[in-house]
This record gives sequence, C-alpha cells and structure tokens, in this order.
Amino acid sequence: MTTTVTMAGGTTEMSIGLGHYLTVSAILFVLGILGIFLNRKNVIVILMSIELLLLAVNLNFVAFSAALQDMTGQIFTMFVLTVAAAEAAIGLAILVIYFRNRGSIAVDDVSTLKG
Amino acid sequence: MIATLAFYVFAFILIASAVMVVTSRNPVHSVLYLILAFMNAAALFLIAGAEFLAMILAIVYVGAVAVLFLFVVMMLDIDFAELRAGFQRYLPFGAIIGGILFLELLFVFGSWQFAEDAGSLRLNAMPAATDGVTNTEAIGRILYTDYIFLFQGSGLILLVAMIGAIVLTLREKAPNSRRQNIAVQVARAEAVPLENIPARTGLGTLGIKRRPLPEAEKPKAVAHDDHGHHGGGHH
Repeated sequence: MTTTVTMAGGTTEMSIGLGHYLTVSAILFVLGILGIFLNRKNVIVILMSIELLLLAVNLNFVAFSAALQDMTGQIFTMFVLTVAAAEAAIGLAILVIYFRNRGSIAVDDVSTLKG
Repeated sequence: MIATLAFYVFAFILIASAVMVVTSRNPVHSVLYLILAFMNAAALFLIAGAEFLAMILAIVYVGAVAVLFLFVVMMLDIDFAELRAGFQRYLPFGAIIGGILFLELLFVFGSWQFAEDAGSLRLNAMPAATDGVTNTEAIGRILYTDYIFLFQGSGLILLVAMIGAIVLTLREKAPNSRRQNIAVQVARAEAVPLENIPARTGLGTLGIKRRPLPEAEKPKAVAHDDHGHHGGGHH
C-alpha cells in the first residue's frame, strides 16, 4: 500500500498499515461466505455468518477511516452496527415463530409459500 | 512494536475464532466463538484508533446481540446433528467460491492506490492528535450536527425492529383469558344498572365488621334482607 498518509492512533512507530487490516477483513469476509455455504440448513449459523460479514465490512471502514484521517468511515460504521442489530433481532424473532409453528428450523422446510 | 505484536495476536485469534464459528458442531460453541471474535475485532478497532466504536462493539454486540443469539440457541430444542448433514457435501463448493472471492478481494485491494489529493478531499477531517479531542468527542461533533437526520433515522430503524420483534413473537393467549375490548366495554348499557342501594349494604360481603350505630339498627336489618336476596342472584 503506497499511502502518503499513515495510520494514526498509536503512540509508537507503527508498521501496521492499511494492507494488514484489509487482509484480515478479506479473510473474515470469505469465512462468513463460507459459513453460509457450509451450514445451509442451520439458520442460526447463517445469521451468525452474516454478523461476521458485517464485522469484516466494519473493519474495512475503520481501517480506511484511520488511513485517510477521515471520521466519516467511523460514522458509517455506527449506522452499519445499528442496522445489523435490528436485522439480528428481526431474524431471530422470525426464527422463534418459525420454530413454534413447524418444530424445526431447517432451511429446506421453508417451502410453505411455494404454490 | 507492541502495537504490531498486538495486531498480529488479535488478528490471529479473530480469524481462528471465525473459523470455529463456521465449523463448530454445537451452535452454543459457535455463539461463544462469535463473542470471542467480536472482542478481538474491538481490540483491532482500538489499535486503529477508533476507541468509541470498540466500546460500542464490546457493549452492544457482546452484551446484546450475542447474548440474544445465545438465548435463542438455548431455547430452541433442535437436533443440530441433523442440521449438519451436507456439511461435507457443500465444503468443496464453498471452498471454491470462497477462494475465488478471496482472490478477487486481493486483486482489488492489491492494486489499490489513494488519489494524489486524497488528503484534501476529506469529508470530515479527523482532529489532530495535538488538539486534545478524544475520538468519542470527534464522533459526537459530527454525528449530532451533520448526520443528525441519519442518526434519528437509525433510531427509528431500531424502534421498528423492536416493535416488529414484539409483534412477531407475541403469543395469542389462552381462550379463557380476558382481554380488553374497548368498543364492547364502552357500548354496554344494560349491564350497568343504576340502583338505589341502601348504605352499608356491601360491608358484610366485604368482611368489614363495623360496630352498628344505635339508630342504624333498622337500615341494617333491611340491608341484610336485601343482601340475601341479591346474593342469591349473584352467586
């Protein structure tokens, strides 16, 4: 990463740059995608994988915010956190009533709306 | 040096716990590893200088969202071994997709370069470290002024999510439970008679013992008769 602006925030001379954060975030994002594929039947783990994806995105936002010395990325991260929390609440509520109605949370059983 | 070492430690634990979230057999273990991942991500935020977001991640995510997951996982009585069927079958497929995605991300980020005038194009420049403005104060200065409508909009989203979750999971009560039906309750006329009942009539039924006044002997006798009559009707 050839950046003219370096990461700030630490008092020590930091060799941790934007590239390190982007690499960690990319690995985390791929793991989230992989979790959706591997646990295709378990809605709870799929929701947790979505949380991992959003966490990777937030890590990107914060890394760019620190590298560019711009607060906007951190503001946007707050909004992403808000939407992620709302999504988790609604998703788990749907999961609970689905389990109450069907006695199962397998994704394969969710075909009631199919005509 | 210390920050570099801390970054590698926290990044390694973050990725390892993310792997465990995805591959763990027991969803309760998955949630616990998710909590560990969130805590390590909060540490990475701290190293990047986003202190407020790190605390938000620790409090809101670990304290609320992950515990919500834990509640739901422990409440539902599910055979999770059955849900893991097909894990091996989807593994190569998911690995291929994930590998392609990772390579694409590497290409995108590897060829990334900032513009020459990126420093002058900042929307909300971070206050200099010598200003003595903390990260939280810097966020507050922007969030409550320039982004106030978005801030209130996100509050509205949370409100709608709360109401939605309550509406979705509110169970219909048993058939003999009494609920308010405002229209019927207001409209009933004959059920609320206006009667002239002698004083102290209901005292006996309430179990209130009161020494009768001397001149109240006669009304009490009447009231007793009345009570017996009414009592038959009521019970």
